[in-house]
Amino acid sequence: MHFRFTQTAIDTESARRELQTLSAGGYVSFEGWVRDLNEGQEVTRLEYEAFQELAVKEGNRIVAEALRRFPIKQALCVHRVGSLELGEMAVWVGVSSAHRSEAFDACRFIIDEVKHRVPIWKKEHYRSGDSGWVNCERCAAAPQHSHAHHRQDRLAVSNPKEPV
Amino acid sequence: MSSLALHGLILAGGSSTRMHRDKAALKYQGRSQLDRAFELASRHAAKVFVSVRADQTLDPTRAQRPMIVDSVAGEGPIVGIRSALAAHPRVAWLVLACDLPFLSDAAIEYLVRERNSAGSAAGFATAYKSAHDGLPEPLCAIWEPAAAEALADYQAGGGHCPRKFLIRHGARLLEPQDTRALDNVNTPEEYTQALATLDRVPLMQLKIQYYALMREQAGRSEETLETSASTPAGLYEELVARYGFTLSREQLKVAVNSEFSDWSRPLKLGDAVVFIPPVAGG
Repeated sequence: MHFRFTQTAIDTESARRELQTLSAGGYVSFEGWVRDLNEGQEVTRLEYEAFQELAVKEGNRIVAEALRRFPIKQALCVHRVGSLELGEMAVWVGVSSAHRSEAFDACRFIIDEVKHRVPIWKKEHYRSGDSGWVNCERCAAAPQHSHAHHRQDRLAVSNPKEPV
Repeated sequence: MSSLALHGLILAGGSSTRMHRDKAALKYQGRSQLDRAFELASRHAAKVFVSVRADQTLDPTRAQRPMIVDSVAGEGPIVGIRSALAAHPRVAWLVLACDLPFLSDAAIEYLVRERNSAGSAAGFATAYKSAHDGLPEPLCAIWEPAAAEALADYQAGGGHCPRKFLIRHGARLLEPQDTRALDNVNTPEEYTQALATLDRVPLMQLKIQYYALMREQAGRSEETLETSASTPAGLYEELVARYGFTLSREQLKVAVNSEFSDWSRPLKLGDAVVFIPPVAGG
């Protein structure tokens, strides 16, 4: 198993030990933390939820892909679910390998793919009292537009003379 | 025998609030309910018209039929009935709502025969009694021109309900021969059930789980439901009508039995379906 969920704080020490092997000359890890600001809104806490059955399958496929693509020794990803306070760790990725370069590359690959592919959702709670599901609420506000409005956002910025 | 000719009026001006989509355009046996009601009325009335609001005259479901546009103020079926009586004041009107998919030729034949045999004693209207509460069913009824003035007075006095009008003024009431004939279809659930009966679409039990924004919008994290949908795409359309999900299908992925799936995969009895909103891990 290369991917798992936890309801409690991620134990990075034991996760790191799972990657240790005498053939590894280095180890790279990534930690994702709960930040106090997102898209201009002051965040007070986050809630994560996952469709765990499929998420574990997809997470394992991602790490297996990393093990095929990069000459690394071991890799593991642990994701937290539930309610998280500012500063808490939401996700941990660790990779061990003979040399540092592929460990950095594989670690980056795993976190990027996990963010895009694994059915995990987060709800941000804001200082204003509002809350919102990240990546869902703005899309839902313009349901017929699919994701085209993101591009329009950029166009509006790059062409400030365009009337809004 | 009454000497008055009979015209048909299909009421299709409603807002279909509970259905979340136009009831006139719902299909049964491959045809829209508006077409089915129109063709049914055409087999019993000399001319048939669709009753529409002024803003519906270009609507593609309605525009290919002769129309009677609302010509009196107000809202609801009473306006359609009064507008028809005003447009052709010397004929009686077979008035049919377009949310009655179970109506049969037999039910209309019986209504027409009873009305004709009453002759000048037909009063303001000949209507079926509701199988549920025994009250008159004004939207599967034959309205006589004699009702025009009383309807105008009733509306001027603040009335708007044709059923209450018939209760107050009396109508010739018939016992329904087929108690199901006048069952109307107002909600997505009722449409699903009606399709199962009329189109013999097999209903299938599925298990659905909801996550994140969709869990909140559905007000539940899982359910088992009966559906006539045969693919995840059809199922999502049904659930949008039921729960008003704001995410479009293009923004979602779907999983069947805990594995990503095509939207067109045929669903089987007992499948577990999960719609996956845009993800945000990390």
